[in-house]
Amino acid sequence: MDLTDGPEEAAFRTTLRTWLEENVPDELRRFRGWNDRAAELGREWSKALHDAGYAGLTWPRAYGGAGLPWSYQATYLEEVARAEAPPHMGVIGLGMAGPTIMSHGSAEQKARYLPKILSAEEIWCQGFSEPGSGSDLASVRTRAELRGDVFVVDGQKVWSSFAHVADQCILLTRTATGGDKHDGLTYLIVDMHSPGVEVRPLRQITGEAEFNEIFFTGVEVPKANLLGAIGEGWRVAMTTLLHERGTFGFALSGALEVAVRKLVALVRDRAKDDTLVRDRAAREWIELQALKYTNYRGLASLKRTGVPGPEGSVAKLRWSEANQRLTKLAIEIIGQEAQVIDGDAVAAYWRYQQLRSRGNTIEAGTSEVLRNIIAERVLGLPRGR
Amino acid sequence: MDFSFTPEQDMLRTQARSFLDKRTDGATWKELAGLGWTGASVPEAQGGAGLGFLEEAIVFEELGRALYSGPYFATVGLALPALAAAPELLTRVASGDLAATLAWREPAGSASLAALDGLLTEARCVKDRWLLSGAKHLVPDAGTVHAFVVLARTTADPPGGPSGPALFLVERNGDRPVVAVADTVDATRPLGQLTLDDDEGTLLVAPSAIAEVMARTRARALTALALEAVGIASQALALGVGHAKTREQFGKPIGVYQAVSHKLADIYAETELARSLAYWAAWCVAERTPDADLAALAAKAYAAEAAVGACERSIQVHGGMGFTWDHPLQRYYKRALWIESFEGSGAAHRAEIARAILDDDGAEAGPSGRMVRSRWTV
Repeated sequence: MDLTDGPEEAAFRTTLRTWLEENVPDELRRFRGWNDRAAELGREWSKALHDAGYAGLTWPRAYGGAGLPWSYQATYLEEVARAEAPPHMGVIGLGMAGPTIMSHGSAEQKARYLPKILSAEEIWCQGFSEPGSGSDLASVRTRAELRGDVFVVDGQKVWSSFAHVADQCILLTRTATGGDKHDGLTYLIVDMHSPGVEVRPLRQITGEAEFNEIFFTGVEVPKANLLGAIGEGWRVAMTTLLHERGTFGFALSGALEVAVRKLVALVRDRAKDDTLVRDRAAREWIELQALKYTNYRGLASLKRTGVPGPEGSVAKLRWSEANQRLTKLAIEIIGQEAQVIDGDAVAAYWRYQQLRSRGNTIEAGTSEVLRNIIAERVLGLPRGR
Repeated sequence: MDFSFTPEQDMLRTQARSFLDKRTDGATWKELAGLGWTGASVPEAQGGAGLGFLEEAIVFEELGRALYSGPYFATVGLALPALAAAPELLTRVASGDLAATLAWREPAGSASLAALDGLLTEARCVKDRWLLSGAKHLVPDAGTVHAFVVLARTTADPPGGPSGPALFLVERNGDRPVVAVADTVDATRPLGQLTLDDDEGTLLVAPSAIAEVMARTRARALTALALEAVGIASQALALGVGHAKTREQFGKPIGVYQAVSHKLADIYAETELARSLAYWAAWCVAERTPDADLAALAAKAYAAEAAVGACERSIQVHGGMGFTWDHPLQRYYKRALWIESFEGSGAAHRAEIARAILDDDGAEAGPSGRMVRSRWTV
């Protein structure tokens, strides 16, 4: 056990920290989501990350990655969060589509897609959730029908980040009905510039639009864009979701560290003598340490087994609740001033964070689904469904 | 960065668990010594294993899981830093000939291991012999140890001698010193009262070193209890899961109902977070890092509450059976409550953490007597 960076890890961290200080464009500092202006600048920023060698840190060298251990990806996520810098805009390509193509794609598909994911020439989005298919992913209804050399796709996806700027989409479709609903699924790569693809931003509780609806009307997808076999979509999708949880926790604990730092500053400024507030702030500080070290334990087991362990589900579950409590505490400290939209910058920051935090227990696996995963897959309790 | 135990440490855990699983009637102190546990961190020259706090940490967690009732926490968690002043005492600990505890609290005094002011117990030097008088209470395992490490104030008598708080070893000899063991909610770890009336002691830690030794003792003790709490929470969870898998109501095992399974998932999540904090604190204590004090406070505050919560939810999952005297859960619950009450509640520990992260003068305010580094303002 050694909870300090080794010499190479420390050098990587220092270099990255300096690089971020010097290279984040002014307009993207204090990043808080891909609004329109950020998205315009995002590709250039992502290319810069790639040119500096920070895209695809854990990708094998054969696919253009750096071939580094997972700990480097963890450090990268921590430092990007710590600097409040925007991540690579191709996170879905790098973290989900890319690894899935590596596992299930043909040589042609790997050569066609992987380099452009790394360079941010192509941005990816994910078409999994549907209006009638949230936690119950296998119930997707978006149809794909094979007609000659093309699949014709009709249906609707929702909660898709980056869809408004994306070039490619990993799409889970239904090619057969009847029988086990898992068996009729097929996984496709869809060019978002194809005729019949329409993207509508989804305005959320904060007033901003980070997510989109995607409508597919008679969209023709070449058969060559099939990932895995027809009817194997569920298995391919599970690869994608496994990678979603890999080192994702470090981005969360990194963001929470920034939030705790700002909370501490707020309490020092405005509620230093309030015993109850002090207790709650100390609680969140402890929770942050707990999440951070849980991530490090998860990283150690990832290194040992190659597969993300249950720590990822635990970290996501507890992080989301911590972020909701913490942001709520902050707007309580600010008081009614936090209700005025034109208030000061501190109030604006916390008002946004508090409203945004309500999505945390829903996105990327609801808390209820995460508790089911823990109960069934970790504790071995009988399945309720 | 490597947050994992070595294969040797994993083997120690496996060995400890399989030994303790077989000894449901409890293991003797000599058996623990024979396994190398009492001397885990004692140097090889004194007959120990020459290992460190991480190995002791594994033993603490496993003993918690097994609800071990002997004086391991008292000896290794509380007394060992003071006993290290005398190599022959370490030899006796390693061989299983000495179990000891720490007697620091006084009926009118502070609960904190770091509070050294206002001691009423006195040690006076008479012809090169130290004689101690006073009362100590809430002494863990007072009835089962061979000796007490007693915190007492030396009188400036003779003039020019060491003056101030110091630690002494008082060995039990017949009916001296007088020990009264209290009926304790956690019957597996009774608290006792110690009455000293010119009982002879040996000076272990002089006033010049006392603050450092007590601060180190405190970080060890809080971390040891956090680890025990993790073991207790794990066992409460295992019992709850076992019950939910087999107990049927309305034609199904109750574990299919989310009102039950989500409660158990929450125990799991909290236990894992507590485990991360406890291992972090253990590493800090083992390496004597500057953040060891805060890590220990954070781990003990969180893990004790997690263990209490785990037992309470597991009792609920067990229904009426969990409320009975015959079910083992009540004993785990009482140990968890014992741990939570030790040296201050979670709220007291958090108040101390708040001083370190929120106050500019937090460095001076740290009652552990050591500098709390300002980098903890995150």
